[in-house]
Amino acid sequence: MAQKRYFFPRVILESAGNRWDWVLLPLVLAILVMLAYSAEQMARPYQLGETLPISLDPVNLPYYMMRTTLRMFIALACSVLFSCVFAVLATRYKLAERVLVPLLDILQSIPILGFLSITVTAFIALFPGNLLGVECAAIFAIFTSQAWNMAFSAYQGFRTVPPELSEAASVFRLSAWQRFWRVELPFSMPGLLWNMMMSMSGGWFFVVASEAISVANQNIKLPGIGSYISLAIEQRDLSAIGWAIAAMFIGVLLYDQLFFRPLLAWADKFRFEETGSETAQQSWLLDFLQRTDRMRQTAEAIAHVFEKSIGAFRLRFDGTSVRARPHAKSALPQRAWDAALAALVFYAVWTLIRFIHSEVGWSEVGHVFVVGCYTMIRVIVLIFLAALIWIPVGVWIGMNPRLTDRAQAIIQFLAAFPANLMFPVAVLALVHFKLNPNIWLSPLMILGTQWYLLFNVIAGASTVPTELRYAAQNMGLTGSLKWRRYLLPAIFPSFVTGAITASGGSWNASIVAEYVTWGDTTLKAQGIGSYIAEMTAIGDFPRIALGIAVMCMFVMGLNHFVWRRLYRMTEDRLHF
Amino acid sequence: MSSPIVELKGVGKSFRGADGSERAVLEGVDFSLNEGEIVALLGQSGSGKSTMLRIMAGLVPADRGEVLYRGLPLYGPADGVSMVFQSFALFPWLTVRKNVELGLEAKGMPEAERADRAEAAIDLIGLSGFEGALPRELSGGMRQRVGIARALVMEPEVLLMDEAFSALDVLTGERLREDIMELWESRRLSTKAMLVVSHNIEEAVMMADRVLIFASDPGRIGDELPVPLSRPRDVESSQVRGLVDNVYGMMTGGSARHGRITEKEIKLRMGDRLPAAESARMEAVIELVADEPFAGRADLPMLAEESGINDKELLDVTSALTLLGFAQLDGGDIILTALGQDYARADQSRRKAMFGHQLLENVPLVAYIRHGLDQDPSGDLPDQMFLKLLTYTLNESDAEEALRVAIDWGRYGDLFAYNYNTGVIHMPDADEVATEL
Repeated sequence: MAQKRYFFPRVILESAGNRWDWVLLPLVLAILVMLAYSAEQMARPYQLGETLPISLDPVNLPYYMMRTTLRMFIALACSVLFSCVFAVLATRYKLAERVLVPLLDILQSIPILGFLSITVTAFIALFPGNLLGVECAAIFAIFTSQAWNMAFSAYQGFRTVPPELSEAASVFRLSAWQRFWRVELPFSMPGLLWNMMMSMSGGWFFVVASEAISVANQNIKLPGIGSYISLAIEQRDLSAIGWAIAAMFIGVLLYDQLFFRPLLAWADKFRFEETGSETAQQSWLLDFLQRTDRMRQTAEAIAHVFEKSIGAFRLRFDGTSVRARPHAKSALPQRAWDAALAALVFYAVWTLIRFIHSEVGWSEVGHVFVVGCYTMIRVIVLIFLAALIWIPVGVWIGMNPRLTDRAQAIIQFLAAFPANLMFPVAVLALVHFKLNPNIWLSPLMILGTQWYLLFNVIAGASTVPTELRYAAQNMGLTGSLKWRRYLLPAIFPSFVTGAITASGGSWNASIVAEYVTWGDTTLKAQGIGSYIAEMTAIGDFPRIALGIAVMCMFVMGLNHFVWRRLYRMTEDRLHF
Repeated sequence: MSSPIVELKGVGKSFRGADGSERAVLEGVDFSLNEGEIVALLGQSGSGKSTMLRIMAGLVPADRGEVLYRGLPLYGPADGVSMVFQSFALFPWLTVRKNVELGLEAKGMPEAERADRAEAAIDLIGLSGFEGALPRELSGGMRQRVGIARALVMEPEVLLMDEAFSALDVLTGERLREDIMELWESRRLSTKAMLVVSHNIEEAVMMADRVLIFASDPGRIGDELPVPLSRPRDVESSQVRGLVDNVYGMMTGGSARHGRITEKEIKLRMGDRLPAAESARMEAVIELVADEPFAGRADLPMLAEESGINDKELLDVTSALTLLGFAQLDGGDIILTALGQDYARADQSRRKAMFGHQLLENVPLVAYIRHGLDQDPSGDLPDQMFLKLLTYTLNESDAEEALRVAIDWGRYGDLFAYNYNTGVIHMPDADEVATEL
């Protein structure tokens, strides 16, 4: 594999080789053993109704953390695979694209917790008498919180491969397999990685919900940090919450340092902008691995096999062969496909109407739309408030280059930290001060997602061209004029990007944030999130489905009519 | 100059306009690329020369006619054809060596052999020492060297170059061109023929055995000029200068709508392409020609050198100036008309008025927009309306380009104003309207 060149004197490299090897050996072994043990535990026999022992003793936390992390990474691996398959199908086959892309758009607007309540029974039936079924359900729930945006970014990447690169790939006669590895995947890599990080953060947020599953009036708690937290909330154990926060802190720090930093530093070469102005990511672990002889040999061996495969799946004919002759396109499959789709849609609409009519009633639908509006007002007001606070802060940080790098690392970390750990504290405060939950529960929705706003504003402010700054200073722009004519337009595009993420996240978070429990105290804010959460607690499937469907419509509506338009407008006009 | 390698017989290519009818980009192209020759394609932008190159590369299928490679019909990229791209098209995540090896790797060549051949190509093109570098660490000239090494390592019979030097600065471009010609002359390449698309006339004359000049609407081969000079050629020699002058003359002679400009016997129609010349640059060229040493009449190659703008831009400006009646073309010379002389002497507001007047007279699209504004009670119209109209006769990017030019000219001539944010064309503000008209 082509690695970045480090200009270390050879002598140091060679003498260091063995020592690094010895440091690495126990580390690698320990990780392998731990992974094997956790994996074994995932597949142990289990009968429905059996309670899995969860203990609030902090000694167990590292083990729980390990189990949760393993789940997260399995889900992440599935998401990466899913994204690649999705992107390939959607970009290669026109017929598939027309269904897959809108489908994904809908899927990503469906609140994650909705999936869990619907799919868990199926997964348990899939592995009778084994814990694997429940594990799969939990992993699937985490997967649904990670996969969609990754798939979109991969699709976007595959689609926007610059035409000259794809022409070059054709001229040098790359096969589909070679194109995937040499052109499409590398080009999509930065976006995919960035979305992986975001997904991972999102995943932590929902781990609590996905590990403590209630199904068929059974309360299953899979060993993991999510169950630990959920138990601590049930038993009102504040010190356990404190321990969980500490464990999460360390866990997030570890995966950031051990996984994402090295990955980002390694993926730096996939940046497409030929002139790299932004500072390259650094990772001590990657440096360390690259300097370890044995690791390097392993990497080279893997790369070798990989390149063999690239040679193996090649085009075996060129443009002069009859096999390259274009086939006459027939309109028939296209029409048949359209007809089938239309029939399916009609059938779906019919079933939906019948379902609503018989199961929930139209007045209920109206009610859900009203509470949906409450949540929408919350989301909009919160984004606005967050903007009021974070835009000035972000601009200030972004304009100070010395602060920027450090601040971004911290914010990435904060974004990864699951905000719902703070909810119990909020409940205590609300109960203590007798505050109105309709208003004061709302900030919880944006607790975890506001960081995307700040992060993007900082990124935007730091890319304002230096000349423009000088010009603004030179003209003596101050006060409101400075903000209206210079700073706000300059950061607006990145603000919109951040706001899209924050708004999407807030809708999702509303299910958790509008319905908060602490032991037997339950605080509820009127909204679609609390509606879904409440129906999930009762186990009323038709109403869960209704709530999810309506929330999905709200999110899609906002995306289409507000965010995408804003985004397109900024793309068109406000950039340097 | 013997057997043909690639042959085009009656090749045509069309695109579908917004009204569903077919528009030809390329029509009736007969051409053969023979062993041992270098052919250069020149022509105004949009004349289809790039499309022809891509048809020969197997990247774009021809709609009509036959494409033969070594007598076999060509359906896709052929093994013996390699290409160098204007924008280099290097893979930024692959090192120089990996970029060069890419085509060999795709063929499934064993690693050792691949490495040897890549090494040889890298040495040949003067890149040794940079094997491990990523493209972003290299300058433009070095990047294009990688692009060339990547094409040569395939040992192609035919090398296609799509404006390979135009993204480089003049000096770097010339160096690279000379290096390639040296390789070609020394017969160290397996390449038997080259096709060079260019907008630099001097480059074409220096490299080619034949220069083909494309005509537009629809794109076809207009003229052919053999270059019977021995190599190495001297840029300053009178034969080269003479040929360059000749080509300028051939590219600017004739009617406006067919890549030639002198007389306006064929009026421009509304849905026609407009030469992509900025108003400010047109003004600058008029001033330059009016002043010493040209004093109203300038040799185009000399003007190109004096103004420092490239051939494509210069040809666009001259065809725009002739279109508006500020200049005439005679052989390879541009001559200011009386109007052009007046313009050069006039002050700013008078210039704008003259410009606007000439626009209304000579550019139907601008006149149509202004007429529409006059008729419309609110005095503003969306640009999309005109864009839609243009897509009946032009493809999308050409239509956008034509409208962009029309708006630039109309703004400069104070005929209308345009709001980029709202996409609305409107009457110029009252206090700005030129009163001299």
